[in-house]
Amino acid sequence: MRLGFVLAEITQGLRRNLSMVVSVVLVTFVSLTFVGTALLLQMQIGQMKTFWYDRAQVAVYLCTDTSPSDVCSQGQASEFERQAVEDKLKSPTLSAFIDKYYFENHDAAYKNFQEQFKGNAITKYVTADQLNETFWVKLKDPNDSAIITESFGGVAGVEEVRDQRSYLDQIFAILNSASLAAISVAVLMLFSATLLISTTIRLSAFSRRREIAIMRLVGASNFYIQLPFILEGVVAALIGGFLAGIAVLAIVQFFVQGFLAKSMPFTNFVGLADAGLVAPLLLAAGVVLAAIASAVAMRRYLRV
Amino acid sequence: MIRIENVVKQYRGAPRPALNDVTLEILKGDFVFLVGASGSGKSSLMRMMLREDVPNGGSVWVLGENLKTIPNRKVPYFRRRLGVVFQDFRLLPNKTVAQNVAFSLEVIGKSQGFIEAAVPDVLSLVGLQEKANRLPSELSGGEQQRVAIARAIVNKPAILLADEPTGNLDPATSQGIMALLERINAAGTTVVMATHDQGIVDRLKKRVVVLSEGKIVRDERDAGYKSDTQSNVVETNKFADPEGWLA
Repeated sequence: MRLGFVLAEITQGLRRNLSMVVSVVLVTFVSLTFVGTALLLQMQIGQMKTFWYDRAQVAVYLCTDTSPSDVCSQGQASEFERQAVEDKLKSPTLSAFIDKYYFENHDAAYKNFQEQFKGNAITKYVTADQLNETFWVKLKDPNDSAIITESFGGVAGVEEVRDQRSYLDQIFAILNSASLAAISVAVLMLFSATLLISTTIRLSAFSRRREIAIMRLVGASNFYIQLPFILEGVVAALIGGFLAGIAVLAIVQFFVQGFLAKSMPFTNFVGLADAGLVAPLLLAAGVVLAAIASAVAMRRYLRV
Repeated sequence: MIRIENVVKQYRGAPRPALNDVTLEILKGDFVFLVGASGSGKSSLMRMMLREDVPNGGSVWVLGENLKTIPNRKVPYFRRRLGVVFQDFRLLPNKTVAQNVAFSLEVIGKSQGFIEAAVPDVLSLVGLQEKANRLPSELSGGEQQRVAIARAIVNKPAILLADEPTGNLDPATSQGIMALLERINAAGTTVVMATHDQGIVDRLKKRVVVLSEGKIVRDERDAGYKSDTQSNVVETNKFADPEGWLA
């Protein structure tokens, strides 16, 4: 295998249909950028899930005097009702599912509230007894939240049982559909990229059909005949994949870290390390795609 | 060297088979003319020997390979042991004479050192060492065919297949090409040449195999072109371009 010869053939081929090569580069670039974005979105979702699901708890809110009277007809939950809830949490049936729980009284709730809404005018109007006393329950498996919800729904003195994950799931649903949309666009674009690559390779092979005919005549192996063409497609896709990798890194650096992370300081966003994982993946995807498309395109020139 | 037994080739849609029960044996060192009118099956027979085509029936053995059963991936390696020359030369117009010859070695993975030694050797054998750096368009037809022959024999094949190698050349130039082919044959290479050129066949007095309508009608050693069945055949020397090389 003579490297110089193969390289010369590739450069010649790339130069010969430059406009097609440029379009292959652009289409792979854009489609792989979409793939990369979708991957990053998925990573973001995964990261947020582990972060938030770990902290997400089931809150058993006890009644206060200001609770709506249809569930809390007695007003503020009595000490007896509070004890009943705690006993139930300790009971063997429930404690098997519970990792730990703690009780937050009016004063603690007030303190947390003041901290959370610091600077907000609402802090001046809220008093401690308006805030629910709460049992915060952390489950061994967050998916078992229905057990708690069912056990305490309608129990005297309990205003509401809420799984915090239900808030999160809405956010994740939005992020998920965004990444699905990105994936579908990417699939369409990758499909057209594949077709474009095989068309380019066919053109290239057609313009070199004399060389191919002579190669076959003198007994060049199929591998040797198609290698320059496959590499030609691969080089074009490699450039596209490289640009997509750069784009993904730039998106993470300037948009996610530079803008999103600053405007939402309490959220954990994907970083350059994640993008650094995605970028080589895009390169590899581009190369594999091009190699397959070119090999398929070359098949009809290689029938012996 | 080459053994063809009861070969039948029927092309789809053709009214009669291109080759109809052809049996032929060619020995090492032979010089064989395949003659016959257009459509008599000469080219089909050449294609069988090159494994460009496989027969519908019978068997083709070339250089110890059964070409009916040889796997596709082995075909390139088989072809390296053959040389082929065509009427239309089939040189690459953007490569020089030396590059054209070197190309056929490069693509079968020969080393640079081997190529640098073999190319000048074979060019001087065909008498073109002075024109190594010319482009094919700067050469005469005879010189172009010499380049094609140099390309065919540079890898020292055991068999040289020549499909109407003088078809595009004037008689004087053709004589030079025939002298070259005789020299190659004398060095031990088996030569199989398809031709219409009566003068050449008569002058060389080699083995002549006459095909007509897909059958061998005559096979004689040290013979001329003329025979009862062929005497009246006059064929215009059409420029064959079956694969659209000039398109």
